[in-house]
Amino acid sequence: MASSGSKRAGFSRRARFGLFAGYVVAITGILVGLGLVIIAIADPQGFSAIRGAVSDVTAPVSSAGRGAVQGGGQIDDNVGNWWQAGRQNRQLRAELAEARRRLIQAQATELENQRLRELVGLIERESNVVTTARLVNSSATSARRFATIFAGANQGVRVGMPVRAADGLVGRVVDTGRSAARVLLLTDTANVVPVKLTRNGQPAFTTGRGDGRVDVRSLEAGNNPFERGDVLITSGTGGIYPPNIPVAVVVRVFGDTALAAPLANPATLDFAIVQRPYEPAAEQTGLPPAEDAGDAEAP
Amino acid sequence: MTRIIGQDENVALIRAQLSLIPSASVIAGSLLPIIPIIAQSPILPPLGIMIFLGWRFLRPEIWPIWAGLPLGLFDDLISGNPIGAGMMLWTIALMVLDLANNRMVWRDYWMDWLLAGTALTLYILVMMVLTTLTGGGWTLVPILPQILLTVMLFPLVLRLCARLDRWRLSL
Repeated sequence: MASSGSKRAGFSRRARFGLFAGYVVAITGILVGLGLVIIAIADPQGFSAIRGAVSDVTAPVSSAGRGAVQGGGQIDDNVGNWWQAGRQNRQLRAELAEARRRLIQAQATELENQRLRELVGLIERESNVVTTARLVNSSATSARRFATIFAGANQGVRVGMPVRAADGLVGRVVDTGRSAARVLLLTDTANVVPVKLTRNGQPAFTTGRGDGRVDVRSLEAGNNPFERGDVLITSGTGGIYPPNIPVAVVVRVFGDTALAAPLANPATLDFAIVQRPYEPAAEQTGLPPAEDAGDAEAP
Repeated sequence: MTRIIGQDENVALIRAQLSLIPSASVIAGSLLPIIPIIAQSPILPPLGIMIFLGWRFLRPEIWPIWAGLPLGLFDDLISGNPIGAGMMLWTIALMVLDLANNRMVWRDYWMDWLLAGTALTLYILVMMVLTTLTGGGWTLVPILPQILLTVMLFPLVLRLCARLDRWRLSL
């Protein structure tokens, strides 16, 4: 087929003017877009209010779908339970009796613990948990790794709060709406997490690779402390992430660095836990840390 | 046929109606990241711009030259790319394709696929560079599968647009 020169206006003056106006609008728009990108380069968090508002709208839709996806996965489980009800009942009774004994033991230990702690003079900190919520969707078409969490400013979620699961660290909040917030995942290339090795406490840091793994680098130049199977936990250095949250396990060692796989898989999470920042975040130090001073620990 | 085409105002009205389905399909494509999966790498193709270019190749006259501005902005809001980047790149893509079409003497299926594939590959690469500049990191390797998937899926998107086009014109 021969190419037809598209958008030729011919001799009509009106059509020509329309075409010209279209180009003016388009080029102005390109310049506006460029300006917005340049603003974003200067201040990556500049549009977080808009982003937060958008996640407010998308999160409920995704959340409904997420419930269906997870419900579907449980149907076969439920059917199995129905068939094996009798045997399961006996098993559960036995487990319950055992658990009761353990519980009593645990309560005794807890009491003893409390007494000892009082003796040492440690103050039990109140719970760090802000809220628990579902991760509902993610930036699956983009090179960045963001996920949306279905809890926002109304639930007390603020920018900079760390997000974790029972298995390990998930990421941190980068912008919030009223009822939803966006989380920068551990595997995003912009997310740097200070960690230490559980084996010997050597400090290191992880950087996301954008493909589901993280790079680990030692803070001490010259030696490579990593071994395959090493577990990394947060060190608490630099604030934001509280110490001792499991982060990743080393899967391959290269010369100076290592490749590690995150322990928490956001794709299979039921719920994520939003916590208070370990210390006032670096961006917020300009403000007087009035309410954060109470639960921030000395590094 | 109850419509009378020939009066100027009717033409404008019908044109608006006819452009509703293409715009709606692009917006639906942009909404792809809403599906409830938590991806660890860019596993889904940028469906919004694929459908946008699909219509462009099916009917070169369909988009006014500024059509990428609102549609690209909407895509930016949903996709997690820097705001303004899609606005800019979608419009530039449309302009460059118009320019290329006017220069080209011959045009067939393979040529279209090659052009669209090049445009989409460049789009994904430049978008990655822009996300790098706005606070991300260099992620060339993770986006290679996405580029391959996008180029391979484009003929399918073209078929989808053709189906929608047939439905649109028979309404």
